Amino acid sequence: MPVTLETFPLALRDWLCAFLPQEFHWLLSGLLVIIAILTVFGLGFAFITVAERKFLGRFQNRIGPNRVGPFGLLQPFADAVKALTKEDIVPATADKLPHFLAPCVIVSGALLCFAVLPYGRHLVPADLDAGLLYFFAAGAFTELAVFMAGWSSHNKFSLLAGIRALAQLVSYELPLLLATLPAVMAARSLNLQTIVGSQSPAAGLKAGFLPNWHLFSPWGAAGFLIFLIAAIAESNRSPFDLPEGESEIIAGHLTEYSGFKYALFFMGEYFGLIALSGFCATLFLGGWQAPYAALEVIPSWVWFGLKVAALIFTFIWIRATFLRLRMDQLMRFSWKFLLPLALINLGTAAFWLLTAHWQGAWWIALRWFAAAALVIAPYSILGRRLFRGLGARTYEYAPNN
Amino acid sequence: MLGSGILKGLLVTARNFVGSFHDRERLPTVQYPEERAPVGEAFRTFPFLVSDCPADADASARLAGLRGVACQICERNCPPRCIHIEKSKDKKPDAAGKPQLYPAVFEIDISVCMGCQICVEVCPFDSIKMDKVFEIAVPRRSPELLLDRDRLSKPNAYYRRIRPSEAAAVDAARAAEQAAAKARADAAAKAAAARQAAAATPPAA
Amino acid sequence: MIPPPLPVLAAIAAAALLTAALAMMLRNLIHSALLLVLTWVFVAFFYLWAGAPFLAFAQVVVYVGAISMVVLFAVLLTRRHDPAKPTRPASLARACSALAVSGGAFAVLAWAVLQWRPVPGNPPPAEPSVATLGAALAGPQLHALLITGVILTATLIGAALIASPVEKPDSSQ
Repeated sequence: MPVTLETFPLALRDWLCAFLPQEFHWLLSGLLVIIAILTVFGLGFAFITVAERKFLGRFQNRIGPNRVGPFGLLQPFADAVKALTKEDIVPATADKLPHFLAPCVIVSGALLCFAVLPYGRHLVPADLDAGLLYFFAAGAFTELAVFMAGWSSHNKFSLLAGIRALAQLVSYELPLLLATLPAVMAARSLNLQTIVGSQSPAAGLKAGFLPNWHLFSPWGAAGFLIFLIAAIAESNRSPFDLPEGESEIIAGHLTEYSGFKYALFFMGEYFGLIALSGFCATLFLGGWQAPYAALEVIPSWVWFGLKVAALIFTFIWIRATFLRLRMDQLMRFSWKFLLPLALINLGTAAFWLLTAHWQGAWWIALRWFAAAALVIAPYSILGRRLFRGLGARTYEYAPNN
Repeated sequence: MLGSGILKGLLVTARNFVGSFHDRERLPTVQYPEERAPVGEAFRTFPFLVSDCPADADASARLAGLRGVACQICERNCPPRCIHIEKSKDKKPDAAGKPQLYPAVFEIDISVCMGCQICVEVCPFDSIKMDKVFEIAVPRRSPELLLDRDRLSKPNAYYRRIRPSEAAAVDAARAAEQAAAKARADAAAKAAAARQAAAATPPAA
Repeated sequence: MIPPPLPVLAAIAAAALLTAALAMMLRNLIHSALLLVLTWVFVAFFYLWAGAPFLAFAQVVVYVGAISMVVLFAVLLTRRHDPAKPTRPASLARACSALAVSGGAFAVLAWAVLQWRPVPGNPPPAEPSVATLGAALAGPQLHALLITGVILTATLIGAALIASPVEKPDSSQ
């Protein structure tokens, strides 16, 4: 294999492995993958925190952190030093073992997710047959960690957060999973590399000019939006940050955490966010595929990074814009809106995939139109039902405008 | 259409994001230690004592020029009671030349002061005014925040600089008052001289 | 694929049994529930050991991700008595019937395990992949899958019926 920019990470690994005898190659290459993931995403976490603070500032017409280092770029390191040197307080009545384990579980669960993501044409740490299912299995530990933290802190706000987290994560896990299933149907595999392969530009362009990504099909667009919303809820970010809810229940499950354990929770949440963004890019945005065949001169792992960065920017944008939902709104939104839409989307995807052989302009137009109608009609009907009886608030003694 | 409000909201924040990079109007942040927002003329923090002395006078000249006469009106009217005054034993001539008491001790505890400006409003001598200093962070509360006569007295030129229009009005009123007092004194002196002359001249009988 | 060594299985089994035993013995219900979750994780490890990754991941998603939430919810919503106080069975008859039911269930399972013999001439596929599993579920095992689905749907509808608020008779009519 010639060393190009595309295969550069593999070449680097092989070059390092050559220093050891043959018997230890498997061990060293495994360790190198782990080190690479920890380094890249550890630094990614550090700079996403500063990017989030700077972008949130810009979204709100502020400047954001700009004092530590050039443009405030060294801010995460100052934060790390601060978190490390702070006192680690454990409440006297806390359940010590779960209280200690919760931050470890959240970080390790989030890190496990990174094992199956295809970062590039040749870069998959573990190319599992059931990769998609593995990702959800690794993600299942997050909710458990939040509950452990909330319950073991022996604090009423933490416990409220724990219960909220349970209810929220159970409700949004379902739409999240259902939204990914059409991509599995399209690729006929749970293997993430195969799912990426089914969106290759070599198979032709969508509607003649759009990249061959699932996003640019009616069911893919709907699935992408459902996945995005459910992913925000799964990673406890605004507007679904009820478990944390600073203005209502102090900091929820984080109330009784300080110092480095608190930082670990944030690390876990941001790792989860990066992993979900990578997963979303893999399922709907073509993973590491370039949008057009001509753009394949740029290495595949750069494309993956760009897509993840764009998704994370979207998450920050959404956080800067929306208000936190109320608990009942959260539940209603998931069970009465997202879940039926995700189920109907399965049918839409089935229709789309069964009509793949239709030829001729009229038939193709009919295919697009019918699939779009299958997405939009349930959306507007369910949306009307969701907001029935609700309107702008009126005041008895104030003029309405 | 359901969801249009969400898009509108996203558009608002997106406009902020793009606009804050090129539109100075959108970014009201003043980066404080390097940049400063201008303070209004009526902005006030703590009281100071006005002294009729040259702008670059030294401490003793500033103390000598204090307008205060230790009447203790401000001390009695201070709601949090942060002013402490002790009268002098002797008297010194004031601006009009009249001998007056002066404050031997004048202290304001600005950690207690609430900046209500009542002392300024009750002062009949325009002697106490509100300052605009706000960077008063110190490592200890006492004695750094317990301001004595020395640190409270500031020349009238300083007052004119921080509150130009108010100081001009005060100066004009004081000048008119002093001119009136002088005219009265002159008239009295003239009348006295006339009386004296009349008394000195023997009646032409 | 090299079969993983037996000591690994022994370790996994010991861990699973130990956590399960602890879950039964602890008086703190939340601790029991968390240990039960750990037991399920070890069961998933066992499936991995046995070369069934799909089953292992499904086990984690369903049990650790969802069932554990239901268990914890149930514990949180029903916890009434002091966890430090030991609980006694309501009556001797109840204790006996509980023992009989659990003993019966154990006997059935033990009998089934002891009855198992490797089927000669029909070895299991060397590497059961997701594709073969999917083909089996959608092909020969379709009836079982559909029946399970119908039963679960019926359960779901029943639960929704129980949970829905009781309609009060309208007094104005």
